[in-house]
Amino acid sequence: MEILVCIKRYILAGSEFVLTADGTEIDARQLGYTLAPHEEVAVEQAIRFVEEFGGSTTVLSLGVPEAEEQMREQMAIGADRGLLLATDGSEWDPQATAAAIVDAVRAQPQAFDIIMFGAEAADSNNSQVGIRVAHALGLPIVTNVRGVSITDGVARCERVVGNNREVYEVRLPAVLTTREGLNIPRYPSVPGRIKARKKPIDTTTPAKPAAKVEKVRLIVPPNQKTGATILGNGPAAAAAAVAMMEEIGVLA
Amino acid sequence: MSSLPAKAKCVVIGAGIVGNSLVYHLAQMGWTDIVQIDKGPLPNPGGSTGHASNFIFPVDHNKEMAALTLDSQRQYIDLGVNTTCGAMEVARTQERMQEFARRMTSSKAWGIESVLLTPEEAVELVPYMDKDVIVGAFYTPSGSVVDSLRAGTIMRERAQEMGALQSFANTEVLDLVVEEGHIKAVVTDQGTIEADTVVIATGLWGPKLAKMAGAEIPLTPTVHQMKDVGPVPRFMDAKGDIEYPIVRDMDTFMYERQHGTGLEIGSYAHRPILYEPDDVPSNAQAALSPTEFPFTQVDFDLQDEHALELMPEIVGDESVREKYAINGLLSYTPDGMPILGETPEVKGLWSASAVWIKEGPGTGRAVAQLMTRGWSDIDVSASNIARFYEHQKSRKHVKDRVAESFNKTYGIVHPNEQYLSNRNVRLSPYDRRERELGAVFFETAGWERPWWYESNAHLVEKFGDAVMPRTAEWESRWWSPIINAEHLQMRETAGVVDLTAFCIFDIVGPKALDVVQQACVRQMDVAVGRVVYTPVLAANGGFVSDLTVMRLGWDHFRVVTGGAHGMVDLKWFKDLCPAEGGAQVQDLTNSYTTLGIWGPNARRIMEQITSADMSNEGFKFSTCKTIEIDTLRVLASRISYVGDLGWELYIPIEQGEALWDRVWEAGKAFGLIPVGIGVYGTTGRLEKCYRAFGNELESDFTAVEAGMTTPKVKAQDFVGKEAHLRQREEAPVTVCCSLTVDDHTSSTGEKRYMMGREPILTLDGNTIADAHGRNSYVTSAGSAPSLGKHVLMTYLPPQYAVEGTKLLVEYLGEQYPVTVARVGAKPLFDPENERILG
Repeated sequence: MEILVCIKRYILAGSEFVLTADGTEIDARQLGYTLAPHEEVAVEQAIRFVEEFGGSTTVLSLGVPEAEEQMREQMAIGADRGLLLATDGSEWDPQATAAAIVDAVRAQPQAFDIIMFGAEAADSNNSQVGIRVAHALGLPIVTNVRGVSITDGVARCERVVGNNREVYEVRLPAVLTTREGLNIPRYPSVPGRIKARKKPIDTTTPAKPAAKVEKVRLIVPPNQKTGATILGNGPAAAAAAVAMMEEIGVLA
Repeated sequence: MSSLPAKAKCVVIGAGIVGNSLVYHLAQMGWTDIVQIDKGPLPNPGGSTGHASNFIFPVDHNKEMAALTLDSQRQYIDLGVNTTCGAMEVARTQERMQEFARRMTSSKAWGIESVLLTPEEAVELVPYMDKDVIVGAFYTPSGSVVDSLRAGTIMRERAQEMGALQSFANTEVLDLVVEEGHIKAVVTDQGTIEADTVVIATGLWGPKLAKMAGAEIPLTPTVHQMKDVGPVPRFMDAKGDIEYPIVRDMDTFMYERQHGTGLEIGSYAHRPILYEPDDVPSNAQAALSPTEFPFTQVDFDLQDEHALELMPEIVGDESVREKYAINGLLSYTPDGMPILGETPEVKGLWSASAVWIKEGPGTGRAVAQLMTRGWSDIDVSASNIARFYEHQKSRKHVKDRVAESFNKTYGIVHPNEQYLSNRNVRLSPYDRRERELGAVFFETAGWERPWWYESNAHLVEKFGDAVMPRTAEWESRWWSPIINAEHLQMRETAGVVDLTAFCIFDIVGPKALDVVQQACVRQMDVAVGRVVYTPVLAANGGFVSDLTVMRLGWDHFRVVTGGAHGMVDLKWFKDLCPAEGGAQVQDLTNSYTTLGIWGPNARRIMEQITSADMSNEGFKFSTCKTIEIDTLRVLASRISYVGDLGWELYIPIEQGEALWDRVWEAGKAFGLIPVGIGVYGTTGRLEKCYRAFGNELESDFTAVEAGMTTPKVKAQDFVGKEAHLRQREEAPVTVCCSLTVDDHTSSTGEKRYMMGREPILTLDGNTIADAHGRNSYVTSAGSAPSLGKHVLMTYLPPQYAVEGTKLLVEYLGEQYPVTVARVGAKPLFDPENERILG
């Protein structure tokens, strides 16, 4: 089984954001990069399927060359190879991103049985790329997957919609977008790290088409007062605690 | 929660291990009305303490660091947060085994029990190491792991229970208010507190806070990488935090330690990753904590492989997973020492910065002692914040030096090892001439100082074996036999020595005499034109400095002191000036250069170029006067630190080359040679038994013990007088002595030469401690070419301080016979000082 998982390097920020001078990005000087949890579960799922059915897992990322860091991270837990669509770091809109991925998929010698995405990019939250790729490749897609199993080439996918659970069956090849909770991703081991360093990454540099959707700028909402208020110590705090519970409607 | 008070006696900023131990010790010393603030939450405000590995390897070559570490460990034990597990350093190379022999030397010198292990013995203690990877180990059974957060909490709470302290979390400093050079208030987001004493104990945020007051704390946040893997099958039944010794894999600059069911792998091997304090995020902005940056695996790739090699059973187990990994920020300084004491820029503003867990509580105690009584039990003068010259405060200097030394954290660092970055920063006016003569430069406080001159290489042949040639690589490194040849030639003819690195400052004004009287032990109310060499003591009678004072006028004194420590002395004198005025200190270090000329021909050379009376009667020893050499008006001072007749010549720095040229031309006919600091700083002084600050002279030794008393003590008051008078009445428990090495032959037949800081042992191989528990170790070591001996200085208890006593010195794992050649300060070479006084 050949599986492609598309992942995106993004900034690991704290609870408060600092923007770059032009206001279009989060200032990452003090921060590091990571993968979204809902993309990590996709890679984990791919590795489990390969363990179950054989084949290989490819991770693809469109982004700066440093995205190799995130690809190696996934190789350390079992992804087999990488496809890096290198950019200069400027933002690609969902349509351009999808087109570049489609081109890359078509250029591969092998066909993929499953192409997986996180349900949306953790930073831009457009929820478009997976759907656009499926459409362009003429593949069925199930979004927001929280559970999946494969029997005889058919994927049984669970998705959560509000308080309800929907179950779909889809014949492979197909596109799936995943949600956190699908599984618990494994952590890398040191031998996994060492193996990952030797795994292949093919780098291509797709031409960037003119953007059709442009990010104007980011605005950090006005400072929201956070933090705890100490109502008192010991039994003396009881009255204040009761008053507070009444105020917020926990106690009638 | 109570609100921030409007006023306090003392504000301590920072609630990491340093701030917490400091408030505790201040309370212990009797201070009350202390307010402690931190911008983060308690008990873990998010600084380096929160992610520290918390282990203690007691042995350090550096005496101050070893003493602070030992005191800290004792305090951690008293607080009940110390788990003794043993500390093991493993070697993969023979070069490291030599370093371990040297660590054994330091271990004995500081009175710490350690042992060398074979690979088999090491693996018995740490069975998950691969025996075949290592060639041996250095093991200190008292090595331990501590709970630094718990320790901090206990100390903070004890200070609160004593009623001395209020602590405020989530309180960020916005500004520091300074009026007329004195700290006045701390402005925070929770209000303003007035205080006359403020301490910055904020670790890597120190530079940012100091700048708010116009002061500098030259440190840089630096990444140290670590990852925690587990659960480890072998540790599944672990009952505590650690049950096996911590292992330092020295040759790969890494460590591995059990951490509950996990194994923590840390590294000082990766590329230096430095940050600006301004770029460290706030608690809210940080993904983990402000000092825990996301782990960058690519910097750790090689370390993974090294950990796998040493501990394949654990690290090679695919079921053992990475649980946690960070780029943790630590404070690093350009010279590797902490930054302690009152800032030279702002009165009342103190720093307790760049301190790691292992020395935290000891440093807290030392700084509290400095704040409350002006001296500390452990000499921390090498960490004094006042030590930095201007260029050493620049960000580039700080970052370049840290980048250079980061990978030496576990390195084998030679005692004379030179930095390669930021050289040629301060050039003496003789620099051009020195380069023409093939000077080999070492650095002191940024100055390029000739250590020896290749132009003197031919003298090595002339003096043959008298230069005491060395064959062993270790003590030949950063050394040349030319030094000893220059020494011997100077004793025959004369040498000229570049002393530009001296720190020079004037005390002027109607109260100048009062200031120097206060500072100095010796009588300063002397005739104009007298030169006085004097100890400077702290209130406990221990050494603050030793220096030379020239009286240039009734209201004008010039202090000349060593370059390395000079800025600290400058602050000491400034602090003694009356607040209401009457005396001022002017730093002239960069205005004047000093050229030394010494040797039997020095007088005749000087007489060629000046018409001034240079005769013994016309220019007495210990006097100074202005002489003319052509148009150059030179302040000549007849003193000597090398044991020969001669002068120090002071002249405005821009005329230095002109002075050099005139001396040089005149000297040609009299065999004048250039002489490096190798002679001035070591060989010349050692055979004269002259003490040096930072070696023999430290705040934990007294003038009596150093043998630097005079028959009478001056009537006037001076700092440390009371203690000094008392110490004169008591029999000293230790005495500064000079020893000669009787036989240098090692077990391989090669002659070895001690470098300093080795333990002195009795003939049956036991260490020697005085009644105050201080071990005898070599304070200075070096050739005494005129004696044909290698001389060691050391303090010895009275029963050993007897000339002719036979003892041993341990060097690199072997013991060599030595003889006490001199007790006290009387010179070994030319004991009656006929050469100097002639």
